[in-house]
Amino acid sequence: MSSLVDARGLSCPQPVLLTIREIKKVQKGEIVVLVDTDTAKENVSRAATSEGWNVKSIEEDGMTYRIVITKE
Amino acid sequence: MSARRLNFFATRKGIIFAGAIIGILAPILQKLGNPPNMGICVACFERDIAGALGLHRVSVVQYMRPEIIGVVLGSLIAAHLFKEFRPRGGSAPFVRFLLGLFAMIGALVFLGCPWRALLRLAGGDLNAIFGILGLVVGIWIGTLFLERGYNLGRSHASSRAAGWAMPGIMLAFLSFLILFPQIPGQEKNGFLFYSVKGPGSMHAPLLVSLIVGLLIGFIAQRSRFCTVGGIRDLILFRQTHLLSGAISLLIFAFLTNLVLAQFKVGFENQPIAHTMSVWNFLGMTLSGLSYTLAGGCPGRQLFLAGEGDQDAAIFVSGMIVGAGISHNFGLASTPQGVGPFGPHAVITGLIVCGFIGLTMREK
Repeated sequence: MSSLVDARGLSCPQPVLLTIREIKKVQKGEIVVLVDTDTAKENVSRAATSEGWNVKSIEEDGMTYRIVITKE
Repeated sequence: MSARRLNFFATRKGIIFAGAIIGILAPILQKLGNPPNMGICVACFERDIAGALGLHRVSVVQYMRPEIIGVVLGSLIAAHLFKEFRPRGGSAPFVRFLLGLFAMIGALVFLGCPWRALLRLAGGDLNAIFGILGLVVGIWIGTLFLERGYNLGRSHASSRAAGWAMPGIMLAFLSFLILFPQIPGQEKNGFLFYSVKGPGSMHAPLLVSLIVGLLIGFIAQRSRFCTVGGIRDLILFRQTHLLSGAISLLIFAFLTNLVLAQFKVGFENQPIAHTMSVWNFLGMTLSGLSYTLAGGCPGRQLFLAGEGDQDAAIFVSGMIVGAGISHNFGLASTPQGVGPFGPHAVITGLIVCGFIGLTMREK
């Protein structure tokens, strides 16, 4: 069961802020983060990696990037 | 479809490279004619644009700066080449306008944007230390609001035409420059105002300024260069990615100034600067808070406007109008010190931005 962070349309640093808040909450497992700019995509991936999470996949669907991050 | 493309500029080396490019080119622009310790300054140059358009009539700061035009168009080109042009807007536009306005008021009390604060320090102007400390405190206050849930709400995808509005305005500005070029010794050509003395009269050749602007806009769009984001991310997330770009700017500008013999250390008699430390500090505190609440430094707002972000375009508009207000109402500083109403405006701005920080939440 993964949790969802919808950060579409939010400006810096909200996508990273919301992702890290979720990481702190769930500690491990899978989080799906939705963003809609390349900047947010890069920032969220970088933040997740630096928090010790693994960027499992990034899918582009129209205007949305679906980033899946995991931690065992 | 996998969206993972290799973007060198998004790496640590890339952001350091972007900072180095701005740090090297700014002192060179100064050598080629731009004002001292002001090779490129987003706030000062938007203020000069406000003067060129007659939004204020301070005769020494009027010039349609090609660097600003170039930065927006450079970002526009990069965004199109890499399929990142995403027209969007609608996230609390008027609040962003006010934040831009107060960001400029604070910047003109200190006399510079975050880039110029670093460039002033790199040129030996120690007054910049108080400005940078103020900037850090302003950003820190902004992060407190962010942690408490401050949010200007979501933007939404908009028409392509709307995304082109700010780049279109910059193209119009460029056409004004070409249609009504400066006539030596004259204050006006067509409806465009020029300075015959003072910082507004000092500028590198148009084409050089434009090309440097385009280059910076292009690289900064790719790297997401942001000085305010650098300090903010360090405070909020203990991340140093963006900060390494700002530090790179400082170091490379310092080295370039040494090579070009433009380094002069001290507090007194620094170019286009005053020594009122308290107001250097508080002016930049106001700016730092405004930039943080709006999501990025004034340079970054220009790059975003080039990507089709109309919320950033509104912030830029607020800054240009803020420059008009600052100079018309005696808020802006001069090398002699703060303007008669500068301190009142800074305190008012801090109260208004504090109110915005406390009240704006996503519904």
